[in-house]
Amino acid sequence: MSLAELAASIVRQACALGAHDAECTISEGEEFSAGVRMGEVESLKQASSRGAGLRILIGNHTGSSYTSDLSPAGLEHLARAALELAEVTTEDPFAGLPEASEMGSIDRDLELYQADVEALATGDKIAMAKQAEAAAFATDLRITNSEGASFGTHLGTRAFANSRGFSGQYRTSYCSLSAVPIAQQNGNMERDYWYSTARAFARLESPEYVGRRAAERVIRRLGAVKVETQRVPVIFEPRVARSLVGHVFSAVDGRGIYRKSSFLADRLGQQIAGPNVTIIDDGTIPGLFGSSPFDDEGVPTRRTVVVESGILRSYLLNTYAARKLGLASTGNASRGITGNAGVGHGNIYLVAGERTPEQLIGGVSNGFFVTELIGSGVNLSTGDYSCGAAGLWIRGGELAFAVSEVTIASTLQQMLLGLEAASDLEFRGSVASPTVFVQEMTVAGK
Amino acid sequence: MAFSDSFFAAQFGLDERSLEQYLAEALAQGGEYADLYFEYLSTSTIGMDEGIVKTATQGVSLGVGVRVIAGERTGYAYSDDLSPEKIRHAARVAACIASAPAKVDKTALHEGAKRNLYPVLTAPSEVAFSARVDLVKRADKAARDYDPRVFQVQATYADSLRHVLVANSDGVLNFDRQPMARISVAALARRDGGPPQNGHSGGGGRVELDYFAHDKTPEYFAREAARQAIVQLEAVEAPAGDSVVVLGPGWPGVLLHEAVGHGLEADFNRKKTSAFSGRVGQSVASALCTVVDDGTIANRRGSLNVDDEGNKTQRNVLIENGVLRGYLQDQLSSRLMRSAPTGNGRRESYEHIPMPRMTNTFMMPGESDPEEIIRSVPKGLYCANFGGGQVDITSGNFVFSASESYLIEDGKITRPVRNATLIGNGPAALQFVSMVGNDLKLDEGIGVCGKEGQSVPVGVGIPTVRIDHMTVGGTGR
Repeated sequence: MSLAELAASIVRQACALGAHDAECTISEGEEFSAGVRMGEVESLKQASSRGAGLRILIGNHTGSSYTSDLSPAGLEHLARAALELAEVTTEDPFAGLPEASEMGSIDRDLELYQADVEALATGDKIAMAKQAEAAAFATDLRITNSEGASFGTHLGTRAFANSRGFSGQYRTSYCSLSAVPIAQQNGNMERDYWYSTARAFARLESPEYVGRRAAERVIRRLGAVKVETQRVPVIFEPRVARSLVGHVFSAVDGRGIYRKSSFLADRLGQQIAGPNVTIIDDGTIPGLFGSSPFDDEGVPTRRTVVVESGILRSYLLNTYAARKLGLASTGNASRGITGNAGVGHGNIYLVAGERTPEQLIGGVSNGFFVTELIGSGVNLSTGDYSCGAAGLWIRGGELAFAVSEVTIASTLQQMLLGLEAASDLEFRGSVASPTVFVQEMTVAGK
Repeated sequence: MAFSDSFFAAQFGLDERSLEQYLAEALAQGGEYADLYFEYLSTSTIGMDEGIVKTATQGVSLGVGVRVIAGERTGYAYSDDLSPEKIRHAARVAACIASAPAKVDKTALHEGAKRNLYPVLTAPSEVAFSARVDLVKRADKAARDYDPRVFQVQATYADSLRHVLVANSDGVLNFDRQPMARISVAALARRDGGPPQNGHSGGGGRVELDYFAHDKTPEYFAREAARQAIVQLEAVEAPAGDSVVVLGPGWPGVLLHEAVGHGLEADFNRKKTSAFSGRVGQSVASALCTVVDDGTIANRRGSLNVDDEGNKTQRNVLIENGVLRGYLQDQLSSRLMRSAPTGNGRRESYEHIPMPRMTNTFMMPGESDPEEIIRSVPKGLYCANFGGGQVDITSGNFVFSASESYLIEDGKITRPVRNATLIGNGPAALQFVSMVGNDLKLDEGIGVCGKEGQSVPVGVGIPTVRIDHMTVGGTGR
């Protein structure tokens, strides 16, 4: 029996036991990771696991359950557990499965599974991790220690079925390589990292590149100082600029819109960002991590323009949030095995602009180029933004010296309005951004 | 209770002989140490939102993790199927980390001494759902009743019951039943169509459901969440730059967790990647600071009878009168550093390799009257509540975000300020502690600590403390 058939049989069982509607998600995966440190294998981990999550409705009462026990007894328990909980939830007229007309799946191959990942030999995976760490050490003598390097793979199958006739499944593959070198100078240590991830091994960056990039990043952090408190332009490199796109996603998550807890509630059609800011969520791009043929309610994924030239065009919605707002689902239902479907993104990204990162930096006489953020000081209700940061100070259009132990603060509203995207967009995960210029923020230091 | 009456023996027919066989299988390739971690976790969550009980979820996960250590190497495999063939398969996979003839003779398991820091007869998860649903309904009502400006309330009740069994090749056989329950409340308040402001509160522990009836009621947490949201309506810009900071008692102890706790975990120090590496015996804080990690406090969220490697938890003094005394150890690091385990080997689940982790981390009380501490500050920031924090172990830089803080002007707490992140450097920050209050308070029991992708419940605590220098990340002058 395929996983999708198993999911459908779980749905049938729940309905036979009294559910009016039901949906079931099953996830199955095989994980491998090899960690090396100082040239030696440090850890090897290998296992497979699976789990099933069930949501049922009795009238407009919802109940949900999950289990890692897919034996017949475990599955019956799963159904009864969800049914029991429908007794305690309140009737909610907005609860329910998507309409049959909304359900479906993208037919073309989204290249989520590539056989070259599964074909990798354990010895080769370990060797690549060792090569990445060695490449970091070879880059600079000041690299004296290491948190190690690791190579990981994951092969998964995801299945979903519901009582309105939807059933589907897809396979995924994933591989990743990372290195975390430590550099030392004058008794101070710094660490940084680089990583590469891909659905196909063929698209993974080489161990030499990963190690060298990690090394270059950590070396340039050495000798960092704290600067005076001041207001200056701030440039975020892509690895940290992604987090700003992530905050926009959280702010357009339909749940924060109907609850009016987001600073972007009731702002549809309004200018919320600078004129060169366009943010798109697209779950249909082949080979990327945020892609899937259908969302976690069986609605096809799609391309949604969230912000177009600074104007807020769309929220991101699952079925529940859509009904609350009188809109249609955008195919963004997302769930793990436990709980109910929330809202997730496909590949959400800030569209590349015209100027290169060098041009943006070149235009700043005194400012901060941020390479690392620490903490989660973002308030999505008020938009208040305050995070720990490290990076390089910009003097006369050039990266001048390393800075750490400072904070950057503003509001997301002001940051977005003064934001310019650079030309260097690349996808290193399901949230992507080019380098980003923000007109002014408060840097707090000495 | 004897092993033969324990959960895994009764439910899954595990006996000592088969455990010994699995360990032998794990060590067949020459590993020096092996352990088995059996886990059966049942959880339930009830969520109230917009005045209705919107969600309720319950579920079960179970499995076994097999670990083999050979020198500095760790092999790990797990199975969510407890049949003997699957456990043996996991043991054989984990065994491959080593490649030598078997060294360890047959393990003879013996049960560890028993104690119970959370003698919970009926776990909250074993009580009828209706009683648990009632808690979120009461929280919702209390938060809304607190002030008409409160317009959204989310109240969540969550509990879990975890049965664990640990057997290792040192002969340790330990099992435990670990209950947990918590309530959390988030309130949003708004004034005249202005921006919504947040308040959060919550708590619990390894307690019976009765705890929420008498000790800490849903109303208590709800009013606290609503109060914070209302306070925030009046907030002005937080200052930017160097400031005197006074931490209020309780949850602001998260500062210790970030500033020193993580940096004292033995794995980082064994690898010399922590800003605290090699500094035992040195001064790393002002002489007023004594910091303790204690996994033995009754009914606390961060407490455990035995850690996830089968070692008894204990009270560990990390910093004594400013001097660094020791690290938080797990099995692997303590073997390699030739030091005793400290009962800090923890893991998120059977799918995860244990690591040194904190339990309940707090600063011992000092002599100062809290009022006197505030009066001593001409200009500064008083932090009553925090959100989360984070640390870069290697540089020692850490942050935490102040979710409820106030300006101190001329020795008095005045206006509330907007959320701001505070940043400092671990080995330096506590050198600036100039006053420690006599009012140690532990947090309400809501903390979750993340490390390398693994989350575990923890506790923190601190008395009122004055820190003379810290960078405050606001936007004001």
